Amino acid sequence: MSIDWSHFTPISAAAGGLLIGLSVAMMLLLMGRIAGISGIVGGLLRPRNAGDAMWRLAFILGISLAPLVYRLFAELPEIHIDSSWLSIILAGILVGFGSRLGSGCTSGHGVCGLSRLSPRSVVATATFMGTGFLTVFAVRHLLP
Amino acid sequence: MIILLSFSIGLIFGLGLIVSGMGDPVKVLSFLDIAGSWDPSLMFVMGGAIAVGFVAFRVGGRRNVSFLGKPMQIPLLKQIDLRLVGGSALFGVGWGLAGICPGPGFVLLGFGAMKGAVFVLALLVGMFIYEAVSRLIASPRP
Repeated sequence: MSIDWSHFTPISAAAGGLLIGLSVAMMLLLMGRIAGISGIVGGLLRPRNAGDAMWRLAFILGISLAPLVYRLFAELPEIHIDSSWLSIILAGILVGFGSRLGSGCTSGHGVCGLSRLSPRSVVATATFMGTGFLTVFAVRHLLP
Repeated sequence: MIILLSFSIGLIFGLGLIVSGMGDPVKVLSFLDIAGSWDPSLMFVMGGAIAVGFVAFRVGGRRNVSFLGKPMQIPLLKQIDLRLVGGSALFGVGWGLAGICPGPGFVLLGFGAMKGAVFVLALLVGMFIYEAVSRLIASPRP
């Protein structure tokens, strides 16, 4: 292992993290809910009533419009998606299915769950980080 | 009112993802590539978010209703089972394949990235498969 100092951005990373934390805190203290993206999206496929669908859609719209709002104040950072179309499709299906089966993703387990010291979330986070590390290792260092 | 609040909470989350650099899948993959040249930034994102989240859950964890009078809906499950571990394992494989998890998927959609849009579609397909399978298992055979 060697640290990539040229791309390591601890300050902006922590600043963005604080914003994510603020969002999590508002969701909990005002809405009484966990800011878990997979749970919020997944709930749309299991509709209860119109009001339940509306707050979920509004939240997802908020995340999706973030780049447009960011652009009003500063130049958007560049994004790079190197993965092939096939990898993207397979990744999306696995992320969607796996996060629902495991009851959470990086936000629900990784941020909210660890924040409330939930043993289930500690196990979930260790597991998805582990298989994430292994997958990248296989793709970048084992496959030709 | 709640709709506008929910929109704002989502917007702040999305802005946090952009500021932190986690909207860029290559940066996330650089975190997951511990055998290559490693970018530990994602640890600092989680650290910042958990620092605020920890305080929020200390304050909110014992309340029955939120500060707006909404019922607190915090998961009560305790058991660590195959669903949790298996689901998380599959999620991690998908995360490692593209460097995109659900939140950044929607941010990439907003960036106007075609691959972001395709990821979100595939994400919804994966969630739909989960719903279909769990309904199949829950209902007795005719």
